[in-house]
Amino acid sequence: MSEPSLQHAGINMGGTENRPDANAESGIFGFWIFLMSDAVIFALLFAIYGTALAATAGGPTPAREFKLDSALAETLLLLTSSLTIGLTVLAMKYDETRRAVLAWMGLTFVLGIAFLALEGHDLATMFADGAYPTRSAFLSAFFALVPLHGIHVLAGCVWMLVMAAQIGAYGFDARVRINVLRLSLFWHFLDVIWIAILSVVYLQAHLP
Amino acid sequence: MNDRRRETLTYLTGFMLALALTLAAFAAVHWPVASAGTTLAIILGLGLVQVVVQFRCFLHISLARSSRDDLLLVLFSTLIVTLMVSGTLVILFNLRERMM
Repeated sequence: MSEPSLQHAGINMGGTENRPDANAESGIFGFWIFLMSDAVIFALLFAIYGTALAATAGGPTPAREFKLDSALAETLLLLTSSLTIGLTVLAMKYDETRRAVLAWMGLTFVLGIAFLALEGHDLATMFADGAYPTRSAFLSAFFALVPLHGIHVLAGCVWMLVMAAQIGAYGFDARVRINVLRLSLFWHFLDVIWIAILSVVYLQAHLP
Repeated sequence: MNDRRRETLTYLTGFMLALALTLAAFAAVHWPVASAGTTLAIILGLGLVQVVVQFRCFLHISLARSSRDDLLLVLFSTLIVTLMVSGTLVILFNLRERMM
């Protein structure tokens, strides 16, 4: 009855876990340390972007290059995918059927790929418009910050494929469960970073 | 089943709040009611609230004992980020002012 419940961020698996995994707590905490050091990297790139914002060197300006409608679409895609990865974890916790988990994770994957396609299209439009990284300090800072987030999203999508293969091969054993939990934390974290990008980069460019 | 309902509701609440805050930030830019400086403050404020909402509802960081370690890590990281970012901004803006 009174099994020790796992104490870590994300959905605790304590409720239905048949074999409590003593490594879950430290394993998740270690992943948190990675996430937070990643957050420090992003924060410094934000600081650099803030100081380089006015340094357009007579080239393309933020207001001209950034489109609010595609920023809104990207935000909605990523936010919805954050919800669906949460539902993936809940399906893993309560259903334990491969079909339910893979369905929610597949939906998250599709949303992530759609986000990447939209962002890739935006960046290609910027390049065609003469806004490339070496044009000005502002564009260097932009291309250091936003595509780095895109690469993270791409890594998350590849990770989902790996997890789908692991679920297929091993089912839901303790190791697979903790990996899916880490994946969900990573994905939620990317959504948080995107909120900062949206506010600092896209919305700030269109101030009245 | 009761647990599942509660946890699903947490995610849905977080999603709805995040959606509302995002649309409010877009609205503040699209239909401006204030000056540029005030609008920027509104956007950054809404963004900050949304980060807190996502940490609470999606990442499950709370004041509960079970996530105390994670909360401490997040707060410490916030301190480090604040120090490094504000230091960078102060120094680089000051530098630019002197060079202009």
